[in-house]
Amino acid sequence: MTIKEAAAILDAEVLTCEDRLDQEIRTLCGSDMMSEVLAFTQEGTFLLTGLCNPQVMRTAEMMDLMCVVFVRGKKPTEEMLEMAREEGLVILATRTGMYNACGKLFVAGAGSGCI
Amino acid sequence: MEDALILEYKVHDGEFQRAGEVSSDLKKKLKAMGVPMDTIRKISIAMYEGEVNMVIHANGGDITVEITPEMIKMILADVGPGIEDIDKAMQAGYSTARDEIRNLGFGAGMGLPNMKKNTDRMNIETVVGQGTTITMEVDL
Repeated sequence: MTIKEAAAILDAEVLTCEDRLDQEIRTLCGSDMMSEVLAFTQEGTFLLTGLCNPQVMRTAEMMDLMCVVFVRGKKPTEEMLEMAREEGLVILATRTGMYNACGKLFVAGAGSGCI
Repeated sequence: MEDALILEYKVHDGEFQRAGEVSSDLKKKLKAMGVPMDTIRKISIAMYEGEVNMVIHANGGDITVEITPEMIKMILADVGPGIEDIDKAMQAGYSTARDEIRNLGFGAGMGLPNMKKNTDRMNIETVVGQGTTITMEVDL
């Protein structure tokens, strides 16, 4: 599954790096705790989170994540989007909640889960 | 250390928004030097966890990075409250973080274990009421 396909499943808005949507998703993670993301995810992971602050962008930068989806209607600030653009990080935003978003991607066979 | 490139940084007190700036700058420099990406990632995770800890627990501090062809050494020094029980602090899941920090996505108690996991050697020197110095080394 590509990021583009995942965005369609989640009815998500693409907020950055529209030219990087063809990347294949391999591993996924749903978490609001950045300490756990740092401990348990791999580089290139597709992250779903309801946490919306600049530390999510820093975590994504340190872990070389592929994409961050803000769930349950959370919207990042322009400062956060700028941080994402600098790293080539795709940012999506969806109104879907965490459980449903993870479930929809899981059922569609998106990839394997980290945590 | 002979022929070491020394980088010195300040981590600012209470500025959670800025936490990670030092780690980000170091990561960019290591990339420019051609350090392997896997190694950069390990260093970045360890540094970032350490940097965030300094803001959350210790009112900021100083970070020194020494780079040689063989190794990267990171020294994180603060004058915060110190660590009362290092063994407990090293347990995954144990945290003394305030609730407001957990609301920011940290304080899960994974910081120190993560730092140890991603480095080849880690040493903690601490005095309660005076401060903590954590030294980490990653072989290149």
